[in-house]
Amino acid sequence: MAILVIAEHDNSVLKGATLNAVTAASQMGDDIHVLVAGSSAQAVADAAAKVSGVAKVLLADDAAYEHQLAENVSLLVAELGKDYSHVVAPATTNGKNTLPRVAALLDVAQVSDIIRVESADTFVRPIYAGNAIATVQALDAIKVITVRTTGFDAAAAEGGSAAVEAVAGSHDAAISAFVGEEVAVSDRPELTSAPVIVSGGRGMGNGENFGMLEKVADKLGAAVGASRAAVDAGFVPNDMQVGQTGKIVAPDLYIAVGISGAIQHLAGMKDSKVIVAINKDEEAPIFQVADYGLVADLFEVMPQLEAQL
Amino acid sequence: MKVLVTVKRVIDYNVKVRVKSDNTDVDLANVKMAINPFCEIAVEEAVRLKEAGTATEIVAVSMGPKAAQEQLRTALALGADRAIHVETDEVLESLTVAKMLAKIVDEEKPGLVVMGKQAIDSDNNQTGQMLAALSGMPQGTFASELKVEGEKALVTREVDGGLQTVALNMPAIVTTDLRLNEPRYASLPNIMKAKRKPLETKTPADLGVEVSARTKLLKVEPPAERSAGIKVDSVEQLVEKLKNEAKVI
Repeated sequence: MAILVIAEHDNSVLKGATLNAVTAASQMGDDIHVLVAGSSAQAVADAAAKVSGVAKVLLADDAAYEHQLAENVSLLVAELGKDYSHVVAPATTNGKNTLPRVAALLDVAQVSDIIRVESADTFVRPIYAGNAIATVQALDAIKVITVRTTGFDAAAAEGGSAAVEAVAGSHDAAISAFVGEEVAVSDRPELTSAPVIVSGGRGMGNGENFGMLEKVADKLGAAVGASRAAVDAGFVPNDMQVGQTGKIVAPDLYIAVGISGAIQHLAGMKDSKVIVAINKDEEAPIFQVADYGLVADLFEVMPQLEAQL
Repeated sequence: MKVLVTVKRVIDYNVKVRVKSDNTDVDLANVKMAINPFCEIAVEEAVRLKEAGTATEIVAVSMGPKAAQEQLRTALALGADRAIHVETDEVLESLTVAKMLAKIVDEEKPGLVVMGKQAIDSDNNQTGQMLAALSGMPQGTFASELKVEGEKALVTREVDGGLQTVALNMPAIVTTDLRLNEPRYASLPNIMKAKRKPLETKTPADLGVEVSARTKLLKVEPPAERSAGIKVDSVEQLVEKLKNEAKVI
């Protein structure tokens, strides 16, 4: 049976997380269908059709799906999902919001946040903030899976030529409504897909000082992240948080500035290829995972770093 | 309005977990246990709703071994009015918990169910959404703000791009994110008072739910350890290493 991958998108652009989910799906089986549930989302479906390894794209285009309300989208996915062996979504906030609802409607378990596929029914996932790695076999006929994007390479965005098929009908549960959103607008790359990330912690002192990180980030083409402490203190917004309950990242280079390295933060970034820690406290736990540590005052070091890049 | 809150007994968030040497699971023997931090935020939010006059009664629910009553007593000390413990020593998966909660929701008919978005042991982030599906309720997951206006719950959610606000017809489910509130500490008089608050015990069979395993835990291993690297003395040296040794810039 085929595998249904739920596309992550904003009605105009297919988000990169979908490509990682397609790769994970390709390790579970080979007949991969991508569902684009949205409103006026033809461009997303066209982009999904070009993704390498995708056999078919289903486009459910309806106002009820415009804001990805879980109450509506889950009804659609559960109805379609009955005919699939696997229903897979990236573990984005959308995927995490909708997929358990789908699993319950299908009366099956969900395996969350997998980082490896062992076989069509066996998956590897971190538990306890990544301090243990569990191998789990899903026993239900339909496997409902969310995929940690850092665990899988992105499928090629070009090279496929899948047919796009429209899904008729609309599912509007009519119990929830979108009111509004505050979306951060940035010219920098997205945190979850950036090759380089510069992150600040409580040591930054205030939000303005994050300007120093932004200058370094701009030189490196990097995204700017933050620890929970910096977000809780109100220095920066929540969408910048890296950690167990924030974003999980694995860039080529992660520069942690003024971050002590609580296990909850490490859970979100310790799979980065190269980690740099800049902290004036040489006992900070972040140095235990850093490839390069610099014990120094960040306020002296960051302007120097900017100048030398 | 009645508010239902759920609490899970988990390893204390400060404790570093160890994997058993036979790789069957993590070792929780003699480990400090506590109320899941996200559940604590859920209890706090319910108490604030009651203090604001929006909620009239708070019912705390937990499922699991007898020891989970400690966490229910904590919830009672924080301000819950009564507690329900579904006692079982079997391993409970999210779907089973959601099914049992759905039965309790049927009986109690709360206007709001407030739950932690995830438990810090299994890191599943599933149960609230599953309960919402089974009870046909809307869900405001990863909430950083909750307002009740008439028959609607306005929930601001922490999403990947920033914040999103949704309006939910009540009864509804809210799952808490870290910044919804800062939980209070239970005072000693309230801890004493909590011992006398009602705590009802049920079994899965009482709720008509069969505890079944839909997944099988094959093994649990420690993660690949990352070893500490080197300390550099200056920014010059750091930049040189990143360019020529790590080759990442």
